[in-house]
This record gives sequence, structure tokens and C-alpha cells, in this order.
Amino acid sequence: MGGLAAVVLAVLVIWGPRAVAADAAGMIKTVKGDVTVLRESNELPAQVGMSLYSADSLRTGRDSSVGITLADNTVLSAGPDSLLELEHFQFDPRTREGAIEARLERGSLSAISGSIAKTSPEAVRFSTSTITLGVRGTRFILEAGGSD
Amino acid sequence: MPIILLVGLFMLVQALPNDPVTDRVILLPEADGSVGAVIVESDTGTREVNQAYQVASVRESGGISSERTSATAVATRYGDLLAGQPKPQTSYLLYFEPGTDELVPASQATLETLKADAASRPAPEIRVIGHTDTTASPQYNDELSLERAEFVIETLRAFGVRPVSYEATGRGERDLLVPTADGVPEPRNRRVEVSIR
Repeated sequence: MGGLAAVVLAVLVIWGPRAVAADAAGMIKTVKGDVTVLRESNELPAQVGMSLYSADSLRTGRDSSVGITLADNTVLSAGPDSLLELEHFQFDPRTREGAIEARLERGSLSAISGSIAKTSPEAVRFSTSTITLGVRGTRFILEAGGSD
Repeated sequence: MPIILLVGLFMLVQALPNDPVTDRVILLPEADGSVGAVIVESDTGTREVNQAYQVASVRESGGISSERTSATAVATRYGDLLAGQPKPQTSYLLYFEPGTDELVPASQATLETLKADAASRPAPEIRVIGHTDTTASPQYNDELSLERAEFVIETLRAFGVRPVSYEATGRGERDLLVPTADGVPEPRNRRVEVSIR
């Protein structure tokens, strides 16, 4: 057998009618208050355990927040009255390379970098209508349309 | 009266910044205390933020200024945002008695920590990779390593953890943590790696 031996693999999905598809960008881990997933022309109520895909957006209402973990272990959250677009996400679990482009239209975002920021830092881009962020493996908060 | 109003209005306008801050970026220290960097780019400028609690304030004109804030101020202003942040992925190593799927006593405490961590996560995704040392045959070690991985999943399920997804893999003696010749008992190779997020 040796090197040719197949890896014994057991994968089981315990709940949810849909398995976590290979192309899922991430998963919703926390939901507080009024949170909507915008997918193509659909508006879906956000739920803990729901898969997110590249091009999905998240909208939060007053006193609401949502937290997601992306496939490369990037951790994101959006605070109250936010609109966050996951414009593009791509990840190769084997090389751990990929790309993240996310746009905060309004509200607030917190991020903890994952693998892609380490392997492909130039492919990680967070933006608002006025700024673009280049991220060098880190934790930060971004606020868009803030007043004071 | 109208003149007083006019003067009041004039003063109000003067007090307002005519180039208001629209966006902010705040750099936070990581869990281990280290600090990375963010490069903020607007139409008219670029600024690197590389100190803990450094703030880049971006004005409507595109101008970027930099200040310092504090952990307390961040917790107050962004409490809801940070409370919504999921726990980052955590990894664990558990070690086994020779030829069995029984943990060594020292790994019992780690297992307890893992159980508590898994139970605290609202939608856990768990990946377990089992390994053996080079005693016994590669075929036997494939089975044993998978049994070790499955032992962890079963223990978590028995504890009440309901993962959204899990993956238990046996790698046998292919990925030795400590390289040895064939037939060498090595406690550090008899292990499972658990990643949970």
C-alpha cells in the first residue's frame, strides 16, 4: 500500500438539507437582531450555520450584528446598520492561496486575517466608497460613512 | 432677532468641520499581542497604519489623518461589532497510548478544553486528522489512526456537540511529527490534530 494507499475519509453533515458545498466561501457563525443575506435577487434571513458564497452581501439593521468565518479562517463581523458585500472570494485549501475582495457600503466591519492574507496579501482588498485597504496579516476595524 | 439668528447660524456653520470624517480604520493588536499593518488608500493619499489602536480618519476630501485611540474607547464605540465576531479557528494536539485509541493522561486536560471550546461555538466545523508511530504495519496504522480521529468526534458528540460539519481522517504513519525509522515507538507521533472553527 504505502504511498498509494488511499486516505480514509469520513465526512458527515449532521444537519441542514444542503451539505457545505465545496465552493462555499464561508459560514455565518453569529446573528443578532435583524440580518439579511442578499444573494442574487433574493433576500434570505440570516441564520447561524448558513453557508455564504462569493458575491453574497450581508445587511444588518439597528442594534444588529453578524459574524462569519471564511474558508481560509478569516473572521469578519458587521455591526449595526451595515451593508457588507463579499464581492469576490476564492480559496485553494491545498495551497492556501486565494483572493478576498469585500466592500463595506455603510456601517462597520471587524476583521481578523486568515490564510489568504499570509499567502497572497496582495489579493486581499477591503474597500468603502472612499478608501481601499491593503491588509498585511492583522486585526482591524473599518467604519464607513461615520460622522462626528 | 433675525440678526441674532443669523449670527447663531454663522457660528454653527463655523463650528462644523467643512471637511467631515467619512471613514475610519482602527488597527487592533492580535490575540498574541502582535500588531500587523493596514495600508489605507484614498483618492488623494496613502497612509500606513501599523501601531496598536492607531486610527486613520479619512475626510470627504480624501485627506487622511492619524490619531491614537484606546482599548476602552474601542470597546465602547464598537461593542456590538466586536461581540458579533466569531471565535477564530483553534487547533489542538492529543496524544495516545501505544496501539490504542486511548489518550495519554496528559492529554485528558486538553480534551476537556477542546470539549468546552467546541460546546461554546454556535455552529462548529471540526476537522480531525489521526496519526500513528511506525510500529505495526502501514495498513494497521491507517485503521488505528482513523479510530483515533473517530474517538475524538465520538467524544465530542457524546458531550453534546452538534457540528455543522466534521471530517475525520486517518493518515496512518505518513505524516510523522518526529521522523523515525520503521518500527520505532514514538509518543509524539501517536497523535490527532483537531481544528475547530
